[in-house]
Amino acid sequence: MGKAVLPSTSDLTTLETDILQEIAEAHDLNALENTRVAALGKKGRISALMKTLGQMAPEERKAFGQSVNKIKLTVSEALDMRKADLAHAAMSERLATERADITLPVRPGALNDGRIHPVSQVMDEITEIFADMGFSIAEGPEIETDDYNFTKLNIPKEHPARQEHDTFYLADRDDGTRLVLRTHTSPVQIRTMEANDPPIRVIAPGRVYRCDSDQTHTPMFHQVEGLVIDEDTHMGHLKWVLEEFAKSFFEIDNVEMRFRASHFPFTEPSMEVDIRYSKRGDELRIGEGDDWMEILGCGMVHPKVLEHVGYDPKKLQGFAFGVGIDRLAMLKYGMPDLRAFFAADLRWLKHYGFRTFDVPTLAGGLSS
Amino acid sequence: MKFTISWLKEHLDTKASLDEILDKLTMIGLEVEEVVNPAEKLGDFVVAKVVKTEPHPDADKLKLCHVDYGAKETMRVVCGAPNARTDLIGVYAKEGAYIPGGDFILKKANIRGVVSSGMLCSERELELSEEHEGIIELPASAEKKLGKPFAEVAGLDDPMIDVYITPNRPDCLGVRGIARDLAAAGLGRLKPPARPFSEKGLKTCPVKIELKFPKAEADACPVFAGRAIEGLKNGPSPEWMQIRLKAIGLRPINALVDVTNYISYDQGRPLHVYDIARLKGTVRARLGAKTGKPEEFTALDGNVYKAGPDMTVIADDNGVLGLGGVIGGEDSGATEQTTGVLIESAYFDPVRTAKTGRRTNIISDARFRFERGIDPQSVMPGLDYATDLILEICGGTATKAALAGSPPDPKHTIKFDCDQVERLTGVKLKTGEIKKILKDLGFKIDGKGEKVKVTAPSWRPDIDGAADLVEEVIRIAGIDRVEPEPLPRRHGVSRAVLTPGQIHTRRTRRVLAGRGLTEAVTWSFIDRDEAKLFGGGGDELELANPMSSEMSSMRPGLLPGLMSAAKRNEDRGRADVALFEIGQAYRGTEPDDQYNAASGIRTGSANVSGSGRHWDIESKDVDLFEVKADVSAVLESLGLNPGNIQITRDASTWFHPGRSGVFRLGPKIILAEFGEMHPATMSAMDIENKTVGFEIFLDNMPRGKRRSSRSKGALDISDLQSVTRDFAFILATDVDAGEVVRAARAAEKALISDINVFDIFEDESLGENRKSLGLEVTLQPRDKTLTDPEIEAIGERIVAKVAKATGGQLRG
Repeated sequence: MGKAVLPSTSDLTTLETDILQEIAEAHDLNALENTRVAALGKKGRISALMKTLGQMAPEERKAFGQSVNKIKLTVSEALDMRKADLAHAAMSERLATERADITLPVRPGALNDGRIHPVSQVMDEITEIFADMGFSIAEGPEIETDDYNFTKLNIPKEHPARQEHDTFYLADRDDGTRLVLRTHTSPVQIRTMEANDPPIRVIAPGRVYRCDSDQTHTPMFHQVEGLVIDEDTHMGHLKWVLEEFAKSFFEIDNVEMRFRASHFPFTEPSMEVDIRYSKRGDELRIGEGDDWMEILGCGMVHPKVLEHVGYDPKKLQGFAFGVGIDRLAMLKYGMPDLRAFFAADLRWLKHYGFRTFDVPTLAGGLSS
Repeated sequence: MKFTISWLKEHLDTKASLDEILDKLTMIGLEVEEVVNPAEKLGDFVVAKVVKTEPHPDADKLKLCHVDYGAKETMRVVCGAPNARTDLIGVYAKEGAYIPGGDFILKKANIRGVVSSGMLCSERELELSEEHEGIIELPASAEKKLGKPFAEVAGLDDPMIDVYITPNRPDCLGVRGIARDLAAAGLGRLKPPARPFSEKGLKTCPVKIELKFPKAEADACPVFAGRAIEGLKNGPSPEWMQIRLKAIGLRPINALVDVTNYISYDQGRPLHVYDIARLKGTVRARLGAKTGKPEEFTALDGNVYKAGPDMTVIADDNGVLGLGGVIGGEDSGATEQTTGVLIESAYFDPVRTAKTGRRTNIISDARFRFERGIDPQSVMPGLDYATDLILEICGGTATKAALAGSPPDPKHTIKFDCDQVERLTGVKLKTGEIKKILKDLGFKIDGKGEKVKVTAPSWRPDIDGAADLVEEVIRIAGIDRVEPEPLPRRHGVSRAVLTPGQIHTRRTRRVLAGRGLTEAVTWSFIDRDEAKLFGGGGDELELANPMSSEMSSMRPGLLPGLMSAAKRNEDRGRADVALFEIGQAYRGTEPDDQYNAASGIRTGSANVSGSGRHWDIESKDVDLFEVKADVSAVLESLGLNPGNIQITRDASTWFHPGRSGVFRLGPKIILAEFGEMHPATMSAMDIENKTVGFEIFLDNMPRGKRRSSRSKGALDISDLQSVTRDFAFILATDVDAGEVVRAARAAEKALISDINVFDIFEDESLGENRKSLGLEVTLQPRDKTLTDPEIEAIGERIVAKVAKATGGQLRG
């Protein structure tokens, strides 16, 4: 075998320059890969140089080896950089073609489409407040007996108070008794006391019915009844509970309430409660102004009512109250006409309704 | 109950201002509903004198009046009234005054070339009457008051107050009762009765009075007093009485009638006067005839009424004169020509009066008072008061009173411990204050110290227990003295106050709204025909007195109300409606027949993905799967796995028979129905857009047992890779996917973790009545990785099971 011509240092410099030139000129990743193979591949030019090392004298080999390794390193770095540049350019080119019309409308989804009726929302708000005061929720039927709706509540037959109730009746039954649509949620007081031993602390929200219709009266509306029975609850407690309720519900501290004497056959003493408000245009402001609006009736449970459910009025006492839920909703959220509550007009429901995730919590300030 | 301030002051000696009186009335339970001061609209009118008149240069009927109204200059007023003349004292309005009778503001006018400043007014212009023939003429004494407000001079500056009297306070249906309450509440002193009447009559009453009741019904009218006044002259009542009656909205009729109306409002004591010339024989109170033809009479309101056998009537020998305590008869009433009267003062039982009133539908001041219970002791004082007023106004001679029966005396004596005030109200009042309040209200107190016996006055039929006395004390002492006191917490930490059912209801509501449905609240009573379409409309659920025929049947479910609502929205141009409602519906009248339902409907394209057209989402009509998903979402949220719940095809008849289903737990418990509405139901409800709906029976949802621990338990997952395999079966079209899935699952219970239906299609190439169903089966190995032959074997078992159960063949 003839002695091979060993590469000189200047050959190395030329080689490096050539390869770097080729790298710089590679216009895509394929070309770059070809360049890499031609330089660093098994049969590449730099690899070929390494093969010559064996023929060199030891001292020559070391210096030459270092030079080749240096070129190898330089070329590798140049390849990596070029590869990154090409990848970047390719990405830029691709992205330049990928343009969406971001102004196209999307649908926020069902979660935002649906609505909760204001009556339900306000019932949930009320429940939240009273739950915090240790009240549980009681329920009762809407078709009631005369007995539960009136007699057991100390409203005997032919009592003038019955006429004030504008009662809906169902047909006479065979035994001569008549069922009514409950005119108030108060029968739930009786049912609750009959089914439970004291102490009692409940609220009872629900639909009630009176045959009456104008802008502020509909033949169906909603009430929430409250009942507390134990041994020593008195009017001071009643006042506190209602004042706390009004402040929490209207979410203002300065709700001013006026308790004035009134009459309900099932409470004694009885009171009606007004709140101070003013009207600016269509908007009602609670807690200011010179006008009073009646919002509820209440009182200490009548001893006869306690007797009717088998409680001993000498030992037990307590209070009851009844609030119109629809009226509260109108006051807080500004609906002008009660009749619209039950018309199921989608425009009204969308405007006055609440979103599903607007769950009233005391931690969240009820309506916020 | 209406009265005026001056009337009140006849009974109450007070320096309180109008506002103080109004406020106190409301606070003690006599709620002020309205206050009207007629002087307010008459503020612009003053007393004036015509000092000189000249003829109008250009019109015969007009006069030019020089008017002195107390100011420096006299005004020149053109006036056409025939009575306009020099020295007339009348009522003058300046330019700029508001004329209520004509609803205009007075301007300077040029009348036929003469400038007229202001106006001399007629009664009509002041809305005092319809009188417009001439201008108002005041008595000569008014000359001293030129320039003074006319309302003040004419006694019209007397605010009218309308208070709402609760049914327990018949005593306050007279001004005196109201004055007594105000006096007790510290607003002045109750004056002694103004007219102590002494019996002047010497002659016996010429009309015999009799009570004729069966013993068991003697309480219908326990006492009846009468007195005759003869030789009187009826006519208009005096001006002071007319002013008061008009002020409270009563029309003066004649002196005799006005006296009874006046006493009714002044004392809360209804009376009646009969023209004695029209009475025959004995006047008796009795029940209506029990046998024979019902007795009829023409009442004062002009209507003919039948006296039922339960009604108390007043009759003479000729028959029924009137209904006791309700209304008098037309024939026997006092007229302008009456020269002799029999005054009736009686006590009629409240319950019977109320029944009679309700049955005859007669609304009268007498009924209103008697049915609430008037003071039984007022029979004689009332008779005397009327006698006195009639003698004063109409003259004549009174006879002695004739009296039958005696007033009932249900003595309400109550053992009362003054401590009970504090026990019920939380307010500590001195015993002395408690006793003073009760005494001021007319109660009698026996005994000393805290424990006493209290007797209610005869005018307070409502008082029968200690709680009533506490109410009297606190309302007069002032409810504002009750201090709020926090209700102690019952439990250390808060805990659930809702029942599982209530929690289900609340969750269902939010889930449905979260699926884009809007909550409605519709009427609980619907049209009977609509109720019948949905399985209701039975007689027992019909209202006896509905608002209208469209609101007469208690709803058998919530779908009819929602469909009507959809229809109304559709009529307004909303084609895509997604509504739900949660509430009671009624299968019967017993409490258990009233069930809680959550129902919803979707119409048009109201899909959960949104409605209407969209550039990226295909717009399609709703189908039953949309509502199946609604129901499934609810079931899932209530802790059930809808995929494992039995579905049957027997939904109610208002659903499309082939496109509806029932989620059920066994044969008895129905959880929900869903599907497309039946075409017949749609056309009966007149709805055009495609409609699907559901009804969820909330009461039937299983109540999860409350576990002792809230821990969710350890997470059980396998590290081994799951394997999925697809199968496509060719089946008869009436084979339901559920059957195929069930069969496939049965092939390998341990390893199959999920089966997903990923494809379904029908095509001619499959053959007639054939469809293809694609299943994606996931196998989750538990102990070791599955080998290909194992997987293969499971696949074969699946194919075999499906073939056996459904006849389905693997697609080649």
